[in-house]
Amino acid sequence: MKILVPVKRVIDANIRVRVKSDNSGVETANVKMAMNPFCEIAVEEALRIKEAGDAEEVILFSAGGEKTPETIRTGLAMGADRGVHVQTDERLEPLTIAKMIAAVAEKEGADLVILGKQSIDGDNNQTGQMLAAIMKRPLGSYISEIKKNAEGFAITREIDAGLEKLQIGSPAVVTTDLRLNEPRYASLPNIMKAKKKPIETLSPADVGVEIKARTEVLKVAEPPAREAGVRVSGAGELVDKLKNEAKVIS
Amino acid sequence: MSANILVIAEHDGAELYPGTLNTVAAAGEIAARHDGGGGAGEIHILLVGENLGEIAKSCAKAAGVTKILVVDDAKFAHPGAEDVAAQISAALGGGAYSHALAPASTFGKAVIPYAAALLDRQAISDISEVSEADTFVRPIYAGNAMETVKSLESPVLLTVRTTAFEPAAQDGNAAVENAAAAEPPVRVKFIEHALSSSERPELTSARVVVSGGRGMQNGENFAMLEKLADKLGGAVGASRAAVDAGFVPNEYQVGQTGKVVAPDLYLAVGISGAIQHLAGMKDSKCIVAINNDEEAPIFQVADYSWCEDLFTAVPALQGELEK
Repeated sequence: MKILVPVKRVIDANIRVRVKSDNSGVETANVKMAMNPFCEIAVEEALRIKEAGDAEEVILFSAGGEKTPETIRTGLAMGADRGVHVQTDERLEPLTIAKMIAAVAEKEGADLVILGKQSIDGDNNQTGQMLAAIMKRPLGSYISEIKKNAEGFAITREIDAGLEKLQIGSPAVVTTDLRLNEPRYASLPNIMKAKKKPIETLSPADVGVEIKARTEVLKVAEPPAREAGVRVSGAGELVDKLKNEAKVIS
Repeated sequence: MSANILVIAEHDGAELYPGTLNTVAAAGEIAARHDGGGGAGEIHILLVGENLGEIAKSCAKAAGVTKILVVDDAKFAHPGAEDVAAQISAALGGGAYSHALAPASTFGKAVIPYAAALLDRQAISDISEVSEADTFVRPIYAGNAMETVKSLESPVLLTVRTTAFEPAAQDGNAAVENAAAAEPPVRVKFIEHALSSSERPELTSARVVVSGGRGMQNGENFAMLEKLADKLGGAVGASRAAVDAGFVPNEYQVGQTGKVVAPDLYLAVGISGAIQHLAGMKDSKCIVAINNDEEAPIFQVADYSWCEDLFTAVPALQGELEK
């Protein structure tokens, strides 16, 4: 089995994001970047499936500008075998990215594509679902467990009301939720080894995808600020304020 | 091009989920902005499942809705994203609708992008405001920024941040029509649900939410918050830190990667207030924070901040409420 793991380069989760003063976007110049946390979970799961003897190869995919290979390298240092980079500086929408992934998944003959459920920049939560629709493959979104079996994969999904267990066929597309696993840290020898692992660079045309904007971002603004309220120093005072000032309890 | 709008109903086979009514309200705001505010379009609801009679009746009461399209089929007893998306795609395929909307729940977030890709359209996620019929505001970067985004195509497929829209009234009387089932591109096999069986209100629609964070120290201590929630008629939530630490199940999670809530009263207990948590609760009407760390960021957004050890404060609060 071959596993394809698309990963995304995003602003590091620990960095406080700042909106640009001209409201055209958020400041990304000289800001620390990292692999999207949900993508790290996806890479980890692929590696665990390979280590269990159920997969022969883990291939990473990413689309973006010239620094994107750094993020692929992060996944290679975790243990993935090789990478595919579609290089472009254009703004990429989830549908476009899903089409690129579909082309690479077809070409590579991937039996399983594991993606993060959302990226922490755009918070779209769309790419995996779109990929499954484009490839007409079964979808397991928001999974907290996956086991390979004779019919494909037994999965557990995290849904709003609890858990849902499904049996999906193979090949399949799944997206990771938080509790699927805890991603490993890359060891120094593996970071060194990753430098020699191959990353193939392709253009959008190479994967047969035309980049066409379906949406236009008109403005990116600061959210309305919420002002700090008052300090209270005891239960009596708090309950009095909730009843008589905020009027949220009776 | 039709100006009709399709809302996708969310249900569990027994009841209509309330987020559907907030989504109808968002559809109403779009309808009011069609044709320079003429509001010519009708709002319809698409309902997919099995034995939907009672749920269809609930849908028909949603104010402003004129028609309920029911796809009632035994094979959709536990519809997968593929099943629902195929019905959306079939309904939208002939140009009969300008928009399709679903709540931004785990249901809507799965089906809308799937349907959009079947139609070769780019969906727009988690809208919190309708600016124009084709232009929406949505949070990005965990709510650190608000993006105004315009769709350049039709139909427009959207998921709706339900806490940002008041639910539609329930005094309507829409017609109920059966629709033929469309064949999904692929199917998955439902095995079982393991749902949390709580007597408490559902987290995303509760009037009061009592949430615990890493400061709770363990899962057993959440009993204290459950007791408080029961006294207030509320639901229990948690920060990602508390979920990651294994104190409570994931469905408790409030924040960027969990649920979005906006209750009248949000009580944050032992939660430091990481931006990822604030993303899921900062639209609450009144926020109370209990934390023993004077510098906790949660105090910057709380209406009432109580700097106190939670193991002292929570029992004291319980006692005061029971007086």
